[in-house]
Amino acid sequence: MKVSYFPGCTLKNKAKDLDMYAYRSAEALGVTLEEIDEWQCCGGVFTSSASEVATKLSSVRALKATNDKGQPLVTVCSACHNVIKQTNYAMQNNPEFAAKVNRYMAADGGYNGETEVYHYLEMLRELVGFDALKEKVVNSLKGKKIAAYYGCLLLRPNKVMRMDDPENPSIMEDLICALGAEAVVYARRNECCGAYISVESPDAAKKNALAIIENARAAGAEMIVTACPLCKYNLEKCGADFPIVYFTELLAEALGVKEDTNGKQ
Amino acid sequence: MENNKYLREEIIRISNVNTKKCMKCGKCSATCPMYDEMEYHPHQFVGMVETGDIQPLLDSDSLYKCLSCFACVDRCPRGVEPAKVVEAVRLTAIRKQGANRMTANDVPAMIEEDTPQQLLVSAFRKYTK
Amino acid sequence: MQRVGVFVCWCGSNIAGTVDVQAVSEALKNEPGVVFSENYQYMCSQAGQDMIKNAVKEHNLTGIVVCSCSPRMHEATFRKTAAAAGLNPYMVEIANIREQCSWVHKDMITGTEKAIILGKAAVAKVNLNAPLTPGESPVTKRALVIGGGIAGIQTALDIADAGFPVDIVEKQPTIGGKMAQLDKTFPTLDCAACILTPKMVDASQNEKIRIFSYSEVTDVHGFVGNFDVTIRKKARFVKEDICTGCGACVEKCPMKKIPNEFNLGMDNRHAIYIPFAQAVPKVATIDANACNMLKNGKCGVCAKVCAAGAIDYTQKDEIIEEKYGAIVVATGYNPISMDKFDEYAYSQSKDVITSLEFERLTNAAGPSAGKLLRPSDGKHPHTIVFVQCVGSRCEACAEKGKEYCSKICCMYTAKHAMLTRDKYPDTEVYVFYIDVRTPGKNFDEFYRRAVEEYGVKYVKGMVGKVVPEGDKLKVQASDLISNKQLHIDADLVVLAAAIEPDKSARPLATMLTASMDTNDFFTEAHPKLRPVESPTAGVFLSGACQGPKDIPETVSQAGAAASKVIGLLCKDKLTGNPCVASSDELLCNGCSSCERVCPYGAISYLNKEFRMPDRTVKVRRVASVNPAVCQGCGACTVACPSGAMDLNGFKNNQIMAEVDAICKR
Repeated sequence: MKVSYFPGCTLKNKAKDLDMYAYRSAEALGVTLEEIDEWQCCGGVFTSSASEVATKLSSVRALKATNDKGQPLVTVCSACHNVIKQTNYAMQNNPEFAAKVNRYMAADGGYNGETEVYHYLEMLRELVGFDALKEKVVNSLKGKKIAAYYGCLLLRPNKVMRMDDPENPSIMEDLICALGAEAVVYARRNECCGAYISVESPDAAKKNALAIIENARAAGAEMIVTACPLCKYNLEKCGADFPIVYFTELLAEALGVKEDTNGKQ
Repeated sequence: MENNKYLREEIIRISNVNTKKCMKCGKCSATCPMYDEMEYHPHQFVGMVETGDIQPLLDSDSLYKCLSCFACVDRCPRGVEPAKVVEAVRLTAIRKQGANRMTANDVPAMIEEDTPQQLLVSAFRKYTK
Repeated sequence: MQRVGVFVCWCGSNIAGTVDVQAVSEALKNEPGVVFSENYQYMCSQAGQDMIKNAVKEHNLTGIVVCSCSPRMHEATFRKTAAAAGLNPYMVEIANIREQCSWVHKDMITGTEKAIILGKAAVAKVNLNAPLTPGESPVTKRALVIGGGIAGIQTALDIADAGFPVDIVEKQPTIGGKMAQLDKTFPTLDCAACILTPKMVDASQNEKIRIFSYSEVTDVHGFVGNFDVTIRKKARFVKEDICTGCGACVEKCPMKKIPNEFNLGMDNRHAIYIPFAQAVPKVATIDANACNMLKNGKCGVCAKVCAAGAIDYTQKDEIIEEKYGAIVVATGYNPISMDKFDEYAYSQSKDVITSLEFERLTNAAGPSAGKLLRPSDGKHPHTIVFVQCVGSRCEACAEKGKEYCSKICCMYTAKHAMLTRDKYPDTEVYVFYIDVRTPGKNFDEFYRRAVEEYGVKYVKGMVGKVVPEGDKLKVQASDLISNKQLHIDADLVVLAAAIEPDKSARPLATMLTASMDTNDFFTEAHPKLRPVESPTAGVFLSGACQGPKDIPETVSQAGAAASKVIGLLCKDKLTGNPCVASSDELLCNGCSSCERVCPYGAISYLNKEFRMPDRTVKVRRVASVNPAVCQGCGACTVACPSGAMDLNGFKNNQIMAEVDAICKR
């Protein structure tokens, strides 16, 4: 199976691990990630106002490029996923916005929200299947107590994201269980890490992140997995000294592809 | 007063939020992770836009505290979408000439060894028109 | 040719304010058949009616047109007037020049013009009217009450009191419903069981009342006065007439880890069980899904210990067919699922409970024997947070919750908070509210007492998130009055879950052809003037199946429904509505279109012999309308492709004459 892949800015820089393990795991699962040519940064946050057009064009270009290839679009970073999925939703449901966008993009040809957008987790659930994934696990993570951290971007707004129950999600827990580990459920797994507020008010971000980690720790977790580089950054910066790991790393470990064929990590 | 009316209509148009749907339950502010950082809280954004009392919001740093985490949006029983109101007021503020809260020149100083690009990109999008 | 009299009503200034009534009566004088036309201040007054009666006599009128208010208001009045003057009452037509004319127009010119047109249409129709005679049907003098909660019990008791036999069908093994699960009742705080169980006993001992417990209505046919109902009495594997309710079987049953529905799963029951001590009927029931004997033939302990020999593992469901004159729906309510509100962590912590669970926790017969203990660790909670409106008052298009106010939550929460503070004064009690809605006798006083005398902390605001951490529930909430976000470490969180109609209501409504609203509450025939009747004749509504209600209101409505049933059952014969459909057998092609659209099941098909012109006999399938069931909606006349179906009083040619009169002008 071949899918189009939008890595996003951070995965090519500070979050290279997230990207690399995503590639290796996908390959082990029989999915080829085809990186979109000349993709541009999604902008990090989706501006909810429909009057903002230019900031959403990079997402539309990625969606259109994918549509031209007739593939689904897969993202790993929560932020890219959120921005692209919300943009796609606006293209489908807001004709005025779509018309404006298409005027900007006249030279590239039209696009009207046809592409199917999957987060890598959704790809695992819907295109691969957790049962099939389970069978490919070679290093079971048995005995590990892992807490999934969703943050806000994967789940909200639920009307658009449609990934899971926004108040009691289970997609990452299902993945953790499929890898053989024990999923630790805790209430703050869908609360915001502090996002970009750490630029201006690092203390406010720390407060949020600390509350999340303490909640996971109290529930018995030994580690937190996340899909988002910014979540990882904020959770690590809060001073809690708690292991924060990308879900793709865990996946690669369980699938036995954490190290490449040359034994390199 | 006229100015308030114009502003109100502008915010309603940009946000596409019907502030009249608010039943003043306060669940948005109950759920807001940045409540303590804010001078005006999510329910006040909705209420003050509804009454046209918008200038204090435009002048307030509260605009830049909203994380757009959308907890208020998903938990509002009336589907009001307070975060979109905050966003619309923020856009109205930063779209003014010279009102950018952050410039490209500010960025290099923010970069540390482990700063993810996503952080800078997001902040830049939030603080700059 | 008819001799038509036209009577134009001023309705004070209601009509005369925007319609030139003199011009209307003058204009209609020239219409075909009109021999008399007059206007008057109040046509419905005695003087107005006398004017009609005199005109009928003086001018030998055969048809009457009254230009007045909606026929819903006074059609019956003027029909009686006509009958008193010796006319067939169905020779009266009403032109609605108030609701559909004077009230919606602002200027006299358009108002008058439209009133004249409406009058002309009515004249055109009455010219084609024919006298109609309503049919009669007998009344089966027995009532069926579906649902055995307080609504059903009270309705049944009141009907039985008037001397009519009545059957209660209850799907649970015992009657009693939600009220049996409650601890105390507001605003007087009497114990729910103390006031309910005598009524349950009354019902079981009343010789006019039969109780079919563990039973469901599976089929309803017929019409007002003549319903044929099928009831499925589920096998309980215990002979009801032999079981003494001693409970020996329950004690010895080895399957004892079955979640106890009566305590909302907060403790366990056995596979053979009696829901609670005062159950009626007090007989055991075997849960077939849990019983080892029934599942794989291994056990049989209950049969061995039953001294009366009441256990019968071979018992089968029993089908009961019975005739009824009236049916009362009393199917009640349930709290909604908290699945979609997990920001309150209901699925994550045992110490986040619903208000109904709180009732069981404080009830002496509940899982903690009435001691208020945390479900997780059995410790006494010191800080309790009550959250109001969980799932109530949500936006119509929201994916979770209900649009309406559940009505009972403000009062029961005040009760819970007050009783907690009364019994455990060391407990801090918070109530988060959007509005406190306490209309009702002594209700607001009750709520104020909770605040002023018992020190319950009412906070205007909502809870946004509940985070279980360690042995605490971290509650994050807003206090809108002091403009603060509160963080409370609570031991117990109680959610006032919205209530919704019981799931059995919708299939039942389909069986009864009774209408429901978008929330699956049964619709009343008129929201103000006929609140306990369904629009479907012979079907009545009692309790929360019609809308959220507390106990006092439910009992009042139960009595009102009973009085309507008694009024119906007192009659020996029912007069039908003559404006029903009938099919011209010679035109009918047997296509079934009418049968498919009939919402009342009034149309069936007969194979009938017809003598053909060539003297041969041919059997044809033709539609036949049961006039007692037909409600005269006219759907069949529109659906009929061959023009065979017609509606008395609204014949196709009458409607066309009206349309012509309107279009001709």
